[in-house]
Amino acid sequence: MSLLDMIGPVMIGPSSSHTAGACRLGLVAHHLLGEAPRRAVIGLHASFAKTGRGHGTHLALVAGLLGFSPDDPRLPHAFEEAEAAGLKVEFRDVDLGDVHPNTAHIELHGDTQAVTVQGSSTGGGVILVTHVQGLGVNFSGASPTVLLRYTDAVGMIARIASTIAADGVNIATLTCTRENRGGQALLAVELDAPLSPQALAFLGHWPDTNWVRMLPKLMDG
Amino acid sequence: MTTLQDLMNAPAPASAWVLAQDCAETGLDPQDIRAEMLRRIREMRASIERGLKTDAKSITGMVGWNAKGLWEAPDVLGAPLIKRVQAYAMAVNEENARMGRIVAAPTAGSAGTIPGALIGVADHLGLPDERLVDPMILAAGVGKAISKRMFISGAAGGCQAEIGSSAAMAAAAVTELLGGTPRACVHAASLALMNTIGLVCDPVGGYVEVPCVSRNAFFAVHAVSAAQLALAQLESFIPPDEVVTAMAQVGRLMPAELRETAEGGLAQTPTGLAVTARMEGREDAGGMIELPMV
Repeated sequence: MSLLDMIGPVMIGPSSSHTAGACRLGLVAHHLLGEAPRRAVIGLHASFAKTGRGHGTHLALVAGLLGFSPDDPRLPHAFEEAEAAGLKVEFRDVDLGDVHPNTAHIELHGDTQAVTVQGSSTGGGVILVTHVQGLGVNFSGASPTVLLRYTDAVGMIARIASTIAADGVNIATLTCTRENRGGQALLAVELDAPLSPQALAFLGHWPDTNWVRMLPKLMDG
Repeated sequence: MTTLQDLMNAPAPASAWVLAQDCAETGLDPQDIRAEMLRRIREMRASIERGLKTDAKSITGMVGWNAKGLWEAPDVLGAPLIKRVQAYAMAVNEENARMGRIVAAPTAGSAGTIPGALIGVADHLGLPDERLVDPMILAAGVGKAISKRMFISGAAGGCQAEIGSSAAMAAAAVTELLGGTPRACVHAASLALMNTIGLVCDPVGGYVEVPCVSRNAFFAVHAVSAAQLALAQLESFIPPDEVVTAMAQVGRLMPAELRETAEGGLAQTPTGLAVTARMEGREDAGGMIELPMV
């Protein structure tokens, strides 16, 4: 967390946790989908469910799904913008268990792709993404983050790390979870700078890689 | 930066130390941070100016005209600083409640406290925005130190965590603006925080309007009071980091009903429930309660 996260973000009100943070959670799904969003099912947990409507949480989540940042003046009109963009959204109140009270579960579909993202808005517009495609992760969007879903195999992390190093980019944090040995694995790598399109394409062309996405830095600081 | 104690023992001015620590940690350029802080101070000022001019109501109709009303009202107490600080703080939070553009500091619900206190004092003394950059950096540093020990949202820790943090940040900033030592700045923050412990987050209908808007006005003045005490050498008896820990502990002990769920406190008064019902479009909206019209 930087000084600019404490005095900031510059945002459309009324709530940094329920509006700006919600918008950023939507933005994560927007970037991870990688194509125009068509249909979303958004589960709202605890405080998001109870006080979200009054805070514009619903508008902010939809604004994020459309790719708007938290200071975008179109945010209060996100429902009209979604309709114009051909995005249909359904909201549900859900109990996600023992998670932060401001947590959303987003299922986002495009014409050919789909992504699920679960994350919490922990205050001041800061978010923590806890699940992507159903697997556990732990990243904040404060740095460019590369996400890979692949079939678990010996040496995958080493190959990914050396590709990133060859691109001249430093790794800040790395989390990896897998369903089971030899099953689906998800790696989230927070970076000091975005990867080049070439490096990203290289990672994506391996036979074991099922899915790769580059999430840009979402925070100002 | 890790603790308020480190900040208190830093060489003066405290803000320079905060900036150096942060740049070492994040790799950002100090000149870029200073330039961005100035831009944000100007965003804050723009939200104050918009908020003082309009009486447009918020989504619910509960707030929207108070900042302008106060700003244009006679100064009956002969306390122009207080009136200015309060009006500025409310102007920002009414803009926030209208879904206008504001700077979260540290959150949107508490966005008026720091501009109210810092820009309010600066305007009272005729100081330019450039003089506010370093105090604003210190405010951010204090917020960062607090947030290392607890979440700063009302949902996680009650309003003490949210507006308490903003008041602590503002108190430190005003103290530095007025020439206070790092020690005085941190004690100002600690005094402000000590006096908010136990503050519940009970927004009516779940909206960041009542009591949030007037609460920002009160806590902007609270921050200025803390700065005044600290500049007169008054210190927090409990060491600042222990105050933060105590605040975090109280936040954890606080029932969920008092942490931004709109299930306790003012939100559960007959009027609070009637507002909730009206906003949800329910049949029982209003009842016997006279509500402000939307």
